[in-house]
Amino acid sequence: MKEIMTEGRVVGIDLGTTNSLVASMEGDTPFVIPGVDGSNLVPSVVALDPIPVPMPAQGGRPTVTVGNSARKALIESPERVIYSVKRLMGRGLEEIQEELELFPFRIAADVEAGEVPRIQLGELRFTPPEISAYILRQLKRNAERFFSAPVTQAVITVPAYFNDAQRQATKDAGRMAGLEVLRLVNEPTAAALAYGLDRAKTGTIAVYDLGGGTFDISILNLRDGIFEVQSTNGDTHLGGDDIDNLLLAIALNEIHAEHGVDLRLHPGAVQAVRKAAIEAKIKLSSDSAAHFNIELPNGDSYQREIPRAVFEMLIEPVLKRTAGPCKQALADAGITPEQIDEVVLVGGSTRIPAVRQLVDELFHLSARGKRPHTELNPDEVVALGAAVQAGILAGASKSTDELLLLDVTPLSLGIEALGGTVARIIQRNSTIPASATEHFTTGVDGQTNVAIHVVQGERELAEDCRSLARFDLKGIPPMSAGLPRIEVKFLIDADGILHVTAREQRSGQAAQIEVKPTYGLTDEQVESMILDSFDNAEADFAKRLLIEARNEAETILAAVERAPESPAWAQLNAEERAAITAARDRLTQIKQGEDAAAIREATLALDQTTRRFAELMMEAAVSSALTGKTMGAANEELTEAVTAPHAMAPAEFK
Amino acid sequence: MFKLVDSAVPVACWSCSIGHNDSTLFCPHCSKIQPPPGGDYFSVFGLEPRLNLDLPALEHEFHRLSRKLHPDRFARAEENEKEWSLADTALLNDAYRTLKDPLRRTEYLLKLLGAEIGDGLKSKAEKEARTPIYLLEEVFDLNMQLEEMRAARASGEADPVLASALEQAKRKFDLMLQTVDEELRDEWSAWDAGDDAERATSQKTMVALLDRRRYLSNLVRDVTETLGA
Repeated sequence: MKEIMTEGRVVGIDLGTTNSLVASMEGDTPFVIPGVDGSNLVPSVVALDPIPVPMPAQGGRPTVTVGNSARKALIESPERVIYSVKRLMGRGLEEIQEELELFPFRIAADVEAGEVPRIQLGELRFTPPEISAYILRQLKRNAERFFSAPVTQAVITVPAYFNDAQRQATKDAGRMAGLEVLRLVNEPTAAALAYGLDRAKTGTIAVYDLGGGTFDISILNLRDGIFEVQSTNGDTHLGGDDIDNLLLAIALNEIHAEHGVDLRLHPGAVQAVRKAAIEAKIKLSSDSAAHFNIELPNGDSYQREIPRAVFEMLIEPVLKRTAGPCKQALADAGITPEQIDEVVLVGGSTRIPAVRQLVDELFHLSARGKRPHTELNPDEVVALGAAVQAGILAGASKSTDELLLLDVTPLSLGIEALGGTVARIIQRNSTIPASATEHFTTGVDGQTNVAIHVVQGERELAEDCRSLARFDLKGIPPMSAGLPRIEVKFLIDADGILHVTAREQRSGQAAQIEVKPTYGLTDEQVESMILDSFDNAEADFAKRLLIEARNEAETILAAVERAPESPAWAQLNAEERAAITAARDRLTQIKQGEDAAAIREATLALDQTTRRFAELMMEAAVSSALTGKTMGAANEELTEAVTAPHAMAPAEFK
Repeated sequence: MFKLVDSAVPVACWSCSIGHNDSTLFCPHCSKIQPPPGGDYFSVFGLEPRLNLDLPALEHEFHRLSRKLHPDRFARAEENEKEWSLADTALLNDAYRTLKDPLRRTEYLLKLLGAEIGDGLKSKAEKEARTPIYLLEEVFDLNMQLEEMRAARASGEADPVLASALEQAKRKFDLMLQTVDEELRDEWSAWDAGDDAERATSQKTMVALLDRRRYLSNLVRDVTETLGA
């Protein structure tokens, strides 16, 4: 088994706030692996299936849908769906209060302080890493389907400004999904790798990465294939989500004020307006105005034009928040904007013209006759870079052999000293792996325990920094106060994760360390959350592919079976209906066979013929959510459409 | 006094069992990675302790060693090699970070030689408590001005006279800093070229200069912060 594991492919995964992707290397070129629906982006949305389908492969686990079909459920049954879970990764209950006001996260009420928050989905509860694990498992399966071979090792990207707990949570998610996470790579660094691969260049690059929920800025020196990060900065809670929320708040307030309807009481309706807000935002990147035209439950319609100038004024405070981190990163790298040779734009939010304008000003680009790099799709570039890093780790390709990434830790590591101040032991922007050794002693005769509080952050007081862990050095031989000399070694590894070891030097005794991460899962908890061991049984792989292919086929066949009951069915013409019927019959027949690839191909064909039908159903769901009909009589006519899981709806928003 | 890497004790390579000098990162015989050697940061780069260093050469060596040692090169290696790659690379990075910066390099060397340098696990307040006698009066005046400035800011008033007095004080302390840096550079050459006795004298001078420098740069930082607030 070990042999197979070491021979296998390493994939690169971008686990994003809004969308996730999986990529790999084909020779010297990275490429994104499409899902069954042909789409490169898998929306980071997870929906708990309404009816538990008994599947032997699930090992009794609840079944979920991930991606586009889960996004559809967001409007129909918002209480069973979660998105933007990345915002909750590695965070404690008191840290996420702000998020709870803006996102429909339902946190289980009886979680104790210090415990990992659990999200209520329908009747079940999940930790954020478990939700991320479902997304990762989907990506893993997409890759396995593509290669027709097991995939067990991955590189996963994280925002450069993620702290220790957020990184650990991401690694835990990988393990739960049955992936050995060979490396966590910072997203901006990955983007630089994707750009740097085909150019043997020397220079200083700034990567400006404004994604769905996080903002990063990294400054790198590129020389002889070595990507050496000089400094990084950012905000792990700043991104396109914040812009969506601004537009959403305005629409909801105006609807309330002008029409006397408080949509906030209807989660499904809020999600429908949110969808309209996202569409408006995207439109405003290319058009000079966008319109809201929303039908309300009381029969009114909310009409609103948003000119681009108004939009830009609205979002200015959000965008301005990226300027400070950029200036700090330049200062930390000890350079001026003029010394930046190239700027790379990453993340969907960098499509906004106002963002590009700001970047131009921050780095004095057009003044120097330069333009930022946008050649690679900003939604895909991080995943492509992750694939390059995966290639480096696998040592499989000549083109990646010469490359090496030297990244830094984004936040200073410190220990709480007397009076609650912080003594820094590893400065931010230190190249990782990095280590520091400190010596501790006792304050009282015969003391056998020393408590150490480790924090991460730049503030002077420990209480203003992020608490990482409390260590208890135990088993110190009883001696006079001040006599024991306990050497504690702090090591930040190449993933940016902290490890601690301790030793009492006078007695030569290894002090025991009890690590209490401030927020995080224990090893046993992670172990118990592993999604299904079946995923890792290589021998059963072919069997599993076949079972999965049949499951997918059955899901879509069941949906098509119920299709004529939906009002949307009547909107199709005879030709469309005939095409669906033909594709359905073909799949039903092929499904009996043993050829997983053929079943998938027939499933995909049926999916494509039903695409317009799916869109019609989606529209019906949106409008009924807005008019509040789902609560009443309309519920009945739509029930089938609501519960029909359509595994492969196309991406609705980018 | 100065303890160079003890090369007298041979260590057997874990892989090929041939004995080698313990300051090496790779076995000279089978090229396999070795556990972190016990030497100082200079020895990581194969250097004698020196205060004047050729920085481009240091960077070149850092990159060369990174390529060989980095955990990325051992992602699929055996557990022990993975562990040593991590430890060795951490050592390499710590060494490079310390040696590439002249002040850190100087502090490091002085600490190696047994000097007490004013940081460690002390709080910020403790570190700043010592005011050199020759600066007492000026620091007293400066603190008064800083207090006034903060009070003026808090009440929303601008005080151009005070601001310009602070600017002037800042320039003065900046100049003092520059002088300290020049004196430090002279000491580097003196230490590098000196015999044991000359080095001992130089070390004392450098410890004093570093104390002074730390104090001055904190003053400059406070003034800059107050002016920029």
